[in-house]
Amino acid sequence: MSGVDLDLTTVWAFIIAFAVFAYVVMDGFDLGIGILFPIFDVGEERDQAMNAIAPVWDGNETWLVLGGGGLFAAFPLAYAIILPALYPPIIAMLLGLVFRGVAFEARWRDPGHRRWWDLAFTLGSFTAAFAQGVTLGALLQGITVDGRAYGGAWLDWLSAFSILCGLAVVAGYALLGATWLIWKTEGGTQAHAYRLAGRFGIATLLAIGLVSLATLGLDYEYRAKWLNAPAIYLTSQVPLLTAIIAFAFWRSLAKKRELRPFLLALALFLMSFIGLGISMFPYIVPDSVTIWQAAAPASSQWFMLVGASVLIPVILVYTGWAYWVFRGKVGTEGYH
Amino acid sequence: MFDQADALLLARIQFAFTVSFHFIFPAFSIGLASYLAVLEGLWLKTGRDVYHDLFQFWVKIFAVAFAMGVVSGIVMSYQFGTNWSVFSDRTGPILGPLMAYEVLTAFFLEAGFLGVMLFGMDRVGRKLHFTATCMVALGTFISAFWILSVNSWMQTPTGFAINEAGQFVPAGSWWAIVFNPSFPYRLVHTVIAAYLTTALVVGAVGAFQLLKARGGDRHVDADDGDPAEAGDDAGVARSTAAARKMFSMAMWMAAIVAPIQIVAGDFHGLNTLEHQPAKVMAMEGHYDSHPDGAPLILFGVPNPAEKRVDYAIEIPKASSLILKHDPNAPLAGLDSVPDDREPPVTILFWSFRIMVGIGFAMLGLGLWSLVARWRRQLYDWPWLHRAAIGMGPSGFIAVIAGWITTEVGRQPFTVYNLMRTAESASPLAAPAVGASLMAFVIVYFIVFGFGTWYILRLMSKGVLVGEHGIDDEAPIRSAGITPGPAQQAKGQAPVLSPAE
Repeated sequence: MSGVDLDLTTVWAFIIAFAVFAYVVMDGFDLGIGILFPIFDVGEERDQAMNAIAPVWDGNETWLVLGGGGLFAAFPLAYAIILPALYPPIIAMLLGLVFRGVAFEARWRDPGHRRWWDLAFTLGSFTAAFAQGVTLGALLQGITVDGRAYGGAWLDWLSAFSILCGLAVVAGYALLGATWLIWKTEGGTQAHAYRLAGRFGIATLLAIGLVSLATLGLDYEYRAKWLNAPAIYLTSQVPLLTAIIAFAFWRSLAKKRELRPFLLALALFLMSFIGLGISMFPYIVPDSVTIWQAAAPASSQWFMLVGASVLIPVILVYTGWAYWVFRGKVGTEGYH
Repeated sequence: MFDQADALLLARIQFAFTVSFHFIFPAFSIGLASYLAVLEGLWLKTGRDVYHDLFQFWVKIFAVAFAMGVVSGIVMSYQFGTNWSVFSDRTGPILGPLMAYEVLTAFFLEAGFLGVMLFGMDRVGRKLHFTATCMVALGTFISAFWILSVNSWMQTPTGFAINEAGQFVPAGSWWAIVFNPSFPYRLVHTVIAAYLTTALVVGAVGAFQLLKARGGDRHVDADDGDPAEAGDDAGVARSTAAARKMFSMAMWMAAIVAPIQIVAGDFHGLNTLEHQPAKVMAMEGHYDSHPDGAPLILFGVPNPAEKRVDYAIEIPKASSLILKHDPNAPLAGLDSVPDDREPPVTILFWSFRIMVGIGFAMLGLGLWSLVARWRRQLYDWPWLHRAAIGMGPSGFIAVIAGWITTEVGRQPFTVYNLMRTAESASPLAAPAVGASLMAFVIVYFIVFGFGTWYILRLMSKGVLVGEHGIDDEAPIRSAGITPGPAQQAKGQAPVLSPAE
């Protein structure tokens, strides 16, 4: 394997990771608001919560398509092994996304059945978030590979660990949702969001700790990557930084900052994501397939890299422009 | 109880179901996005209210149709991996980059500018808003470009080699892969089909409004907040002007574009004959070879067991005339194709006839409208309007029938002549696929049932004077990454007055 191949493939691993993280950053908080939805009072609080994500929820999912499409293009073997292995949670995630997407619209268009659409919105959001966590857990705990295909049964993904990861993602998204509401709302809804952010902050930190410990218990490779010297001098920075961020998060809540809790919650996600990267790299299917084994030929990766290196910055620019056009807090009707 | 054959069949049904449902929405939104760009352009150029009213009327329908396309499209992008993993592994190096380009060049473009298009009229100024509308329209076209390139490569693969792992890998230039032999024909035929589909929907809505105005029942349901019902004669006149304008524009499209489509379809057919002759044999119902001139079978009942078409009504030598431009040219039949490479004749025979029949019906409607226009009766012939209403959904049926023709005609292969459908599927157990298929059917009927109901309701309400676009009592939302403006208090919604 030439040096060029190696670099190119690693670059693609980072691009896919970037797309997945962009998805989590952008869609996490609106799925979270869906999860929190039943906690809010019918009427004003729910309408405000909805309006806080109304503009953003649905195009955020384009990053999910880029993650899936990029995996197919840059690492077709991984795409072909992972998706059938995780068939039930992935199908559940897709159906959850379809359902909540339309429930969103339908809630206003079909007020006669609003109660049912609200329920569909919550269930869809919860299902999508939970399924994403389960998918992650099932990937971490390992997938049976047979030749160039998935070799296990269709319920292999189901384990205490994958369920724990599912719940962790639900808690984390709920935290993102609550902190987003702190930023975008005022008055009673904001006060409620502060309380929820505290509660789900605790739940999220607990979940991060549990999943981290459970991951170390899964497999010798993970332990070696994290705990052997000299790696530990680097890897130990991750939990250390996480602790500092958690402390800053609590201070920002106590000081009633508006934007900072959301950014710090995202930082917690970034730390978890880096931790995930340390555990996985260089495998894309843990202990079976490395990114180089799964990689598409260099000509495919080059062809895409030319486009991606021009287009992703352009996309970020016009996305930023569009955000600038529509800046501002969510309406406070009833609070004036 | 189940075996692998069941799992394969279920996976095929699931793909056919989800892709057919999905395809309805882009087929509509490709045409509608361009129509909206034309309307807004005309409004900017002429300043006439009617174009603004029509833009605001159709943009609401576009928003719903587009959202439906997005959510059903996400399912498609994962379906390749979940249900067709062997196919994904082997074709990923070629098809993956094409799809990645679709996401990067089309989906983000649409998502990025849709919010401005839907909600930004009062925030960015007219010219920038028009630019956003054009970007969304361009995005829908670019999306069609890439995904049809993918599909065409599966039909007429070029520019590849096969590596030791059995993967198709690029060899030579990407140009040869993207512009594979059937791609230009399929792109033209499909994009025109999308335009025609939209034109017929627009025409049907216009015709419905014209009939409704003629019946004078605009005053019946007074409780739906229609400003035109406030007894305002000028308002009624403006709604009628909008209905006339959209009907007239749609009928021009039918009269001009339907014949172009028939010619484009003919070229596409000739291209298929060159590269996938078995598909054309099945479409034509030619079980037997005809050494001196093949007949055109207009109707009949294919009998796959006996390998013949029963009760056939034929025009002698016409098929050779159409396909070879020579009545006596020999034409091979399915007897020249091994049984294990033969596509299912009955489905192709019928789906092709449905598509062609609808194409000619569109042409008929266009010609009828020309006669009416020439006699200055375009807005006065109720039977023409009723026919236009009847033809409203016909584009969707034709598009699906055409899609079935080309996709079923590729069988029994996923990559034509190189990879069989039976060896493309994921190693999944039948119960898993069966359960997911049931879940898709239930969710899609609820979700898209709602969307269709809501679009039809918007259509039947007609064009209101001084349309606001997106309802001001509804949430500000978009199918884009773009946030909408902060929710306005009721009554303070930015109503764009046409006089502005």
